[in-house]
Amino acid sequence: MTIASQSSREAQTASPPAAAPAAPDRTPARRRTTLTRNRWGYAYVAPFFLVFGAFSLYPFVYTAWVSLHRTSLSNIDGGTWVGLENYRNLLTSEFFWNAARNTLTIGILATVPQLCLALGLAHLLNYKLRHRTFFRTVMLMPYATSIAAATLVFSQLFGRDYGLINTALEAVGLNRIDWEGGTWSSQVAIAVIVTWRWTGYNALIYLAAMQSIPGELYEAAEIDGASRWKQFLNVTIPSLRPTILFTVVVSTIGAVQLFGEPLLFAGNGTTSGGSSGQYQTLGLLMYQQGWSNFHIGQAATTAWAMFMIILVIVGLNAVIGRLRSRADR
Amino acid sequence: MATIALPGTETTAVQPVSKGPDRRGGRGGRSGKAGPVTYTLLTLTALVSIFPLYWTVVAGSHTNAEIAATPPPFLPNASLFDNFRAALDQAPIGKAILNSVLVSGSITVGTVLFCTLAGFAFAKLQFRGKGLLLSLVIGTMMVPTQLSVIPLFMMIADLQWVNQLQAVILPTLVSAFGVFFMRQFLISALPNELLEAGRVDGASTFRIFWSIVVPVARPAMAVLAMLTFLTAWNEFFWPLIALTNANPTVQVALAGLGSGYVPQRSVIMAGTLLGTLPVLIVFTILGKQIVGGIMQGAVKG
Repeated sequence: MTIASQSSREAQTASPPAAAPAAPDRTPARRRTTLTRNRWGYAYVAPFFLVFGAFSLYPFVYTAWVSLHRTSLSNIDGGTWVGLENYRNLLTSEFFWNAARNTLTIGILATVPQLCLALGLAHLLNYKLRHRTFFRTVMLMPYATSIAAATLVFSQLFGRDYGLINTALEAVGLNRIDWEGGTWSSQVAIAVIVTWRWTGYNALIYLAAMQSIPGELYEAAEIDGASRWKQFLNVTIPSLRPTILFTVVVSTIGAVQLFGEPLLFAGNGTTSGGSSGQYQTLGLLMYQQGWSNFHIGQAATTAWAMFMIILVIVGLNAVIGRLRSRADR
Repeated sequence: MATIALPGTETTAVQPVSKGPDRRGGRGGRSGKAGPVTYTLLTLTALVSIFPLYWTVVAGSHTNAEIAATPPPFLPNASLFDNFRAALDQAPIGKAILNSVLVSGSITVGTVLFCTLAGFAFAKLQFRGKGLLLSLVIGTMMVPTQLSVIPLFMMIADLQWVNQLQAVILPTLVSAFGVFFMRQFLISALPNELLEAGRVDGASTFRIFWSIVVPVARPAMAVLAMLTFLTAWNEFFWPLIALTNANPTVQVALAGLGSGYVPQRSVIMAGTLLGTLPVLIVFTILGKQIVGGIMQGAVKG
């Protein structure tokens, strides 16, 4: 617990309202106040907020401060104030725009098919099934596999000379593809890894939501003579809208941060995202700036830019969601 | 450091399925019997889900030349065990597994304890600023923790914690998702009368927590523990920054394997398999519970 007390010092400077004095050493006076109305609430939430303030909230806010400095990894406490220079450098850097473009295209390639597949899969899983638990569990296996393991396996499968996928392509008379070398091919391959890992998980989320749709809605639709496909379009999808919106937001946030897959895809540990940066993402660029080029301040700027992108996307989703629900009324 | 997120109360994306996810009858949306097409499609999906894991076993047993043959081999063989040994020799996989057990175990214990404490307070206790603090918890569930790594790294560099396990344990010791998850569970599962009864009997607040709240919260704590362990085991970005191959977790060691330190593919695959096996074994045993847990909440790592 010595570690915790060290961190609590920082927590108090970082999040004054959060880290309320817990006073755990004070013995509870035999007060006649009811349990549901007392100050002990602070003691219960204090451990959470101490750790959270020190290791999440404070670093998050401090990132903005670091982004205004020129700070080297070899001398992290000796940053010099440069104002918005890092931001100017970032916005005029071709590497940033390349990474932003790749993040967008890989994000679309990974998110859209993933969520559509998950929706279809949830629909199938929602039938009365034998071996129901087996199917659900198996579809969650990729989620239990780590990014590192999944990427290492897939980079073998997508290998140019020894990969199973190219062997299969050749067997059916097609040409081998240099998956890693090309722009589109590498981005598709990375999107496949993401889709493989997350489809089953999202299917389970959709399935849970589908099961809470009242059966009467379907009965009413059936009486109106709606076909099963019509029922899916007019009952299932509208009922799932909040869930779909939620998964879109979460997947998008994940896509903006994409890092492990492009880092490990080439199998040589470089942070450039391919020989011409063809699958360099923003997350990877940030890592490269900070831990390959030792420019921590620039990396913080990229982190903050990523946060801004996420804010815009979440905001857009909220606006679209509100407009849609208003249009329905 | 994972972003674990649950639909906020406002969005109510996933209703807590308190009656059990498998309850059917009049509810459960359309629940017709599955036909052969459904079974075929689901079986195909299951194969796609498992195949890369199976291929790890096959590729771990064969040399490059053998793997590239047409038709390729589809069965593993005994050289897998030689490659296991080679992977353990050439990469710090053994140490990594021990470290990962230690790290994920500590994170799980800490997260479950702290989140149950906070979740209980948010569910059942009244104190000033509670609404504000709760919205802080919910609001931060969506903030990507990956973006905090730079100051975090400066912090652990100052503390001289680089390459030490507490550097990856402490920052992940709590989760906003966990607090929200426990709160949602306890609001409905813990009757106020039970708490009042404990108070009338003169039990102290912490006594009440241990002997009344924890027994009621146990099922949700188990779910949170499983999900937290899985997320912690698979945590990639922050451990990669805070640790090196001298004292790695499994994911750091796997990243090392993929970075060209080990030249043979079969050894890389054998190492990948070793690092994934513990979590796959746990998943095989607890899969049903993990599926249920994910359907009750929503976790994204």
